[in-house]
Amino acid sequence: MTPDPLLTIERFSVVYDVDPPVEAVRDVSLTLARGEILGLAGESGCGKTTLAYGIQRLLKPPAVITSGTAVFHDAGGDDIEINALDEEQMRAFRWDKVSMVFQGAMNALNPVLAIGRQLDDVFTTHRPRMTKAERREECARLLDVVGVGRDRLRSYPHELSGGMRQRVMIAMAMALRPQLMIMDEPTTALDVLVQREILEQISELRHELGFSVIFITHDLPLLLEISDRIAVMKDGRLVEIDTAHRIYSDPQHAYTKRLLGSFPSLTGDRGDFVRGAGDAGHAAGADAAHPATASAATEEDAS
Amino acid sequence: MTILEFKGVTKRYHVRGAGDMLALDDVSFTLTSGQTMALVGQSGSGKSTIAKILTQLERATSGEVLLDGKPIPHRGPGLRRYRQRVRMVFQDPFASLNPYHTIRHHLARPLALDNVVPKDQIEDEVRALLTRVRLDPDATIDRRPHELSGGQRQRVAIARALASRPELLIADEPVSMLDVSIRLGVLNLLADLQRESNLGVLYITHDLATARHFSDQIMVLHHGVVVERGSADDVILNPQHEYTRALRDASPDPDKHFAGPTGEATTRSDAS
Ligand SMILES: Nc1ncnc2c1ncn2[C@@H]1O[C@H](COP(=O)(O)OP(=O)(O)O)[C@@H](O)[C@H]1O
Ligand SMILES: Nc1ncnc2c1ncn2[C@@H]1O[C@H](COP(=O)(O)OP(=O)(O)O)[C@@H](O)[C@H]1O
Ligand SMILES: [Mg+2]
Ligand SMILES: [Mg+2]
Repeated sequence: MTPDPLLTIERFSVVYDVDPPVEAVRDVSLTLARGEILGLAGESGCGKTTLAYGIQRLLKPPAVITSGTAVFHDAGGDDIEINALDEEQMRAFRWDKVSMVFQGAMNALNPVLAIGRQLDDVFTTHRPRMTKAERREECARLLDVVGVGRDRLRSYPHELSGGMRQRVMIAMAMALRPQLMIMDEPTTALDVLVQREILEQISELRHELGFSVIFITHDLPLLLEISDRIAVMKDGRLVEIDTAHRIYSDPQHAYTKRLLGSFPSLTGDRGDFVRGAGDAGHAAGADAAHPATASAATEEDAS
Repeated sequence: MTILEFKGVTKRYHVRGAGDMLALDDVSFTLTSGQTMALVGQSGSGKSTIAKILTQLERATSGEVLLDGKPIPHRGPGLRRYRQRVRMVFQDPFASLNPYHTIRHHLARPLALDNVVPKDQIEDEVRALLTRVRLDPDATIDRRPHELSGGQRQRVAIARALASRPELLIADEPVSMLDVSIRLGVLNLLADLQRESNLGVLYITHDLATARHFSDQIMVLHHGVVVERGSADDVILNPQHEYTRALRDASPDPDKHFAGPTGEATTRSDAS
């Protein structure tokens, strides 16, 4: 199914060693193909971010990887067991082979540095042999690629819209041409027009540049449209993984079905949404207490 | 029947160093009790400016806002009474609730300030409000906002807005900070409350799918101009304005996405 794997995760588990311990990721196995966009879906708290951090060794105590391996199949032919890398090797590995756009990243740019300078710093640190002129051209090119435009090199973060700041973060993540980009809820705070534009751009770029993407979000309808495959997580476990089309048309797991049902469709039926579409106007008093509402409330309180 | 009219409202902001910024350009609409109207548009289109003018957090540069035919008061007891009748629910329940106060305090305060019920009935009324928003009073009343989930906090914010028994509710992106999977629960709650109390609701959002299912009417705002309005289904299923179409085409719609000729939908590269 995945003829050319880029990343193989096997029986991966992470526990937050607090009292009581939190089993945030439980026995997760999956294989990511080269060039693939894999969507990782699930409600907040189900372990998406912990898994993403875990496979890049970004976790800090009290998090403990209690079992499992993550093996990166480098384009150069080597198989790199991520857990076996020492600090120094790990630093090179990050950014170079795998990069991450963090949750809420667009607010993490340094407010007192121009964005060109912040991009430049990535190269100064990781590509010390590049000349100043080369760095400058590369930063400008990256801003062009993500649709911010090179004339914004000297702009400060506060002078850019949220969408533009998010694109700058994506430019930084792409700077060293990694083989894998992990994006943790990169567009949740943006409106649909901007989201769509950014996502289509990423999709195009991954064809051009040949990288894979793990795209994390709780927004399933969006994920269905941009992913090749989707992995659904619940309570730390991977409950289902399949092509976006099959997840949509023939979900196997009850939880996947529930997740799909909780979105009203734009042009189709209203899913679990209770309001009658035809009862416009003076519907006061009509079927006020809906069982569906009560159950929706309970589900939430359980999460 | 309560009627709130927004008549030919224009709003200019002064932006330091950049002169005037036209945020609303001659916007008119009517909000009535028993009706839900969605206000959609991308960020920066002027949605929150409308909400702020409706609640008198901002003044219109020109134009009028009328409640039951009378201009809404700008200050004093008149404004206070107006704000009892027209309440606001904000996007971020965390920011709008005080972390140091219990849920009891958050709900008791408006009840006392607005003399909604006699003093000795406040506790009962607080519990009734929590029950109305489907929260368990015993489990919630002594907690502080950070001890609740995001969805529970937004329910508290809704309960607080309902405390003064308003006739109209302005909900500015009330669920966009919430996890997608719990948005529907909160919206279903708002829809139920709207029916129970015959509320008029202005539902501000950039999510077209919930706008369609939650509202009677939809109004589309683009650069401060209302470019389209109509019944919810008409606007979404048969949009007339090019901007509405752009918004709709950008919204995720798996139903359509997977309904390609072969069933196996267009590939990502084709779609882009
Ligand atoms: N530093 C931490 N200490 C204890 N528990 C944590 C910590 N970070 C996350 N968790 C818990 O681990 C679980 C998974 O969290 P997370 O990976 O952030 O989920 P998601 O990204 O899907 O929202 C949650 O129950 C969360 O409360
Ligand atoms: N206090 C303000 N001063 C200057 N400009 C403002 C102010 N508030 C809003 N704006 C501008 O007015 C426009 C509309 O903003 P807003 O009503 O918040 O839009 P929306 O809620 O649709 O995102 C934006 O361009 C915004 O930058
Ligand atoms: Mg997360
Ligand atoms: Mg707004």
